[in-house]
Amino acid sequence: MATVGRALLIVAFAVALYGIAASLYGAFAGGRAWVDSGRRAVYALAGVLTLAFAIMEIAFLRSDFSFNVVATHSSTTTPTFYKATAAWSSQEGSLLLWVWLLSVWSSLALALTRRRVREVAPVATAVLMTFASFFLMLTIFFAQPFETLAAVPQEGTGLNPLLRHPAMMFHPPMLYSGYTLFSIPFAFAIGALVTRRLNAEWIVSTRRFALAAWLCLGIGIVLGARWSYTELGWGGYWAWDPVENASLLPWLTGTAFIHSIMIQERRGMLKVWNASLVLATGTLAILGTFLVRSGILDSIHAFGASTLGIPFLILIGAMVLGSVGLVVWRRADLASEHRLDSLLSREAVFLLQNVLLVALAFVVWWGTFFPLISEAVTGTRASVGPPWFDKYIVPLAFLVVALSGIGPLVPWRRLTLASVRRGFVLPGAAALVTVLALVAVPGAWAEPKAALFAGVVAFVLVSVGQELWRGMRARQASAAEPAPVALAGVVRRNRRRYGGYVVHAGFAILLLGVAVSSSFQHAKDVSLRPGQSARVDGFDIRYVRATSHAGAEKISLGAVLDVTKDGRHVATLRTTRGFYPSQDISQGIVGRFFGGESESEVGLRAGLGRDIWTVINPNITPLLPIIERGNRTFRRAMVGIMNVPARNRQQAAAQLFTLRDAAVTAVARRFVTSPWPADFRFIVSPLATWIWIGAIVTFLGGLLALWPAPAAARRRVTAGYAARVARELARTAQ
Amino acid sequence: MQLLAVFLVVLAVVAFVGAPLRGRTRGLDPDHELRAELADLEAAKEAKYREIRDAELDQRTGKLSEGDHRVLDGELRAEAVALLKRIDAVRARLGAEAPPVTPPPAVS
Amino acid sequence: MNPSRKRRIRLVVALTAALLAASALIYTSFSAGSDEQTAGQLLDAAVAGKTYTLAGTVKDGSVRRADGVLWFSVRDPHRPVAVRVRYTGLVPDPFREGRGVMVKVQRGQGDVFVGEKDTMVTKCPSKFQVAPPRPGSGGPASAT
Repeated sequence: MATVGRALLIVAFAVALYGIAASLYGAFAGGRAWVDSGRRAVYALAGVLTLAFAIMEIAFLRSDFSFNVVATHSSTTTPTFYKATAAWSSQEGSLLLWVWLLSVWSSLALALTRRRVREVAPVATAVLMTFASFFLMLTIFFAQPFETLAAVPQEGTGLNPLLRHPAMMFHPPMLYSGYTLFSIPFAFAIGALVTRRLNAEWIVSTRRFALAAWLCLGIGIVLGARWSYTELGWGGYWAWDPVENASLLPWLTGTAFIHSIMIQERRGMLKVWNASLVLATGTLAILGTFLVRSGILDSIHAFGASTLGIPFLILIGAMVLGSVGLVVWRRADLASEHRLDSLLSREAVFLLQNVLLVALAFVVWWGTFFPLISEAVTGTRASVGPPWFDKYIVPLAFLVVALSGIGPLVPWRRLTLASVRRGFVLPGAAALVTVLALVAVPGAWAEPKAALFAGVVAFVLVSVGQELWRGMRARQASAAEPAPVALAGVVRRNRRRYGGYVVHAGFAILLLGVAVSSSFQHAKDVSLRPGQSARVDGFDIRYVRATSHAGAEKISLGAVLDVTKDGRHVATLRTTRGFYPSQDISQGIVGRFFGGESESEVGLRAGLGRDIWTVINPNITPLLPIIERGNRTFRRAMVGIMNVPARNRQQAAAQLFTLRDAAVTAVARRFVTSPWPADFRFIVSPLATWIWIGAIVTFLGGLLALWPAPAAARRRVTAGYAARVARELARTAQ
Repeated sequence: MQLLAVFLVVLAVVAFVGAPLRGRTRGLDPDHELRAELADLEAAKEAKYREIRDAELDQRTGKLSEGDHRVLDGELRAEAVALLKRIDAVRARLGAEAPPVTPPPAVS
Repeated sequence: MNPSRKRRIRLVVALTAALLAASALIYTSFSAGSDEQTAGQLLDAAVAGKTYTLAGTVKDGSVRRADGVLWFSVRDPHRPVAVRVRYTGLVPDPFREGRGVMVKVQRGQGDVFVGEKDTMVTKCPSKFQVAPPRPGSGGPASAT
């Protein structure tokens, strides 16, 4: 089957190349037949890659270890769900996933626009197929998913235990969907610049894909943060790690783009800015894909050792040079049709928001690449940590959220005093009340930034509520409907507007959760024996009893903890540390089960008020003497087996292994029977759960904004306006 | 057996991708520039209608005063009328022989 | 002042402000950055009693756990040398061979460096790890 897979990749590569040629020829000489053929090549590519991807998935599900990727990333003991998702934990599988998603989303985009953007679509097809060819070239020549092993192993290496988490398994498909969906507006922008059609049609066709990309990428980022919080044993969700930052960069510029494109739609302004933004976003998406797999941030020299670094760098260089060149070449067509009427208008607010978002992106970019920059400039490698990032990100994010509350209240073109009075009074009052009320909350003003931010969030939430209320009332004025129906009606007919407002509210809640949970967090590292307690932020956490479990894949040593506050039971926490066996036999027959990787199972009690988080770090030093005795005993037994007659040897070995397993289980059990002090980390974070709640609200808002109105309703609406405007036309024609 | 499967896939792809080419290849549509301009204008018209609708909602939810809305609405309608005139002009140039291009469905 | 001149002034002011802000950012990053030392730099120049930040990749096959102490070697990215580190304290979950790591160390006996307790930080892997196929990896309750 692997040969079929390899062959399919070559077929796909040929189809992608044909797609480039046919689309370009059709656009400039051959006509619609060739353009249609080029588009069909994209559909065919999606079909062929679906077959190839299916072959890889089936190999994983069947644990077919003749496939190199399966042997190195899965095992027979891996649960089925993780077998299926292990496919993209590998370099090769993730590349195939990327190009498959690219082909699927490109097919969707081209199918939805096949009757429109007739000039731009063929060039966009060629650009998308260029990306596809690039990734397929990587999978054919550099990192082959269908490489086979001459000697098929009995068992695979297994999936990295840290990745065994549902969030971590959906994280790559979501991220890659985001990246590939952003390449669609990128491709359409290139097409529009080449064919000089950067007007209304281009905006309409790319805006929805930019929004879908923003949504998928955002979900992917949040899933990664959630994994970090609940799976990694450090209790945080964001570390300004280069890999995290890589995915944030296109998301920031993408957010700027979906706002500033509204200005171009209405006023024909900011064309150069928008073109540059969308081209930068597409390039940053490829840059993000590259950062995670090239090793460049470990060091320039490690990068050179990686086989993928150079091709990616060439692609990114071409994208940057091509983008800049195209924008400069077509600058005449990108001239603004209008000018900014007033600095007090929604256009101006959007412009300021864009500047802030780009500034945020620059800070993140600079901090991420600083090790390389400092090495190039000073010769010494230096890195900046979270404190440096926070110093600049926090005020910028503060302003962005504030603007998201102010913007919707400001009308287009120009702001008047009357609209200020009507719009700002209630949200402003809410902000003031919140800030003052927090004075009464003990300790709230110990962190003034968090308290002020709470005021800003109150402003945003009340302004969104105000908009929803007024929209509902406006609809009730014309169509006497009960309140819930009217609300649903006005939202349904203005999805982009209200979807956007919901996103603002959700994002404000998310950042409030971030601000409060980090400013008012209490953490404690303490060593406890069973029966002992620790006190954290008013909670008494008692180590009730130790647990141990020896399973097919790992040994788990853990604890059950009881959390009380003022004598009242709050929660029972269970946390374990899993020890995976190592392959290093020099650690001993028994010892190797305790000498490999270990990972934490976090004990988490999430609540609307606060999260209580714990991990255990059981020190296995006290077990070492017993382990050493076990090593010696079994070593002697293994030698003894050699003296057993050959026909009985296999049975003797099997018995020995069973005894060994029992011994290992017994050794682990000592943690329960004669427990010693274990190290715990306890963290109490107020309002941490609101981060995830805010994220869900944000993404529901994005989904609402994305949802297309049914065609019949659209036609009704435009027909109505067409009739009225036609009457005007008739009047003016007199 | 496996090679046969791949061969069948290649056949299917070639048939599917080549299908549009089997008809009469006409070369570039002589009116393609005009049609593209018409499509652009239609999209701009839809966007303008949406703006008119948004302005009305802004007025009804209190963001725009009655007077401000009247001014803005007038501006927007004038811009819409200008677009309609341009659309008519392009349609006329496309001529009576060529059938009118169906406006693209509005995207909300 | 005619509108186009006003707009030009606005643009110049905005660009100047942006340039000043960016310069401030860039300047502070150089002073806020913590110098990372490579293994080679430490072997050459480290003096006893001074704390350095060692950054590099954990050398394959160098990890040993014994008596509650973690021993590992950190490779130099430029030269074929490595530094042996003796570390106690919290080990981040992603720690493994071939992964990027940063830890505060002081020079100990010979070429061994003693890691400061709980100062280890691992980097999220920026390179997919492809482990060579290894026979058998089952846990205690498996057939091997």
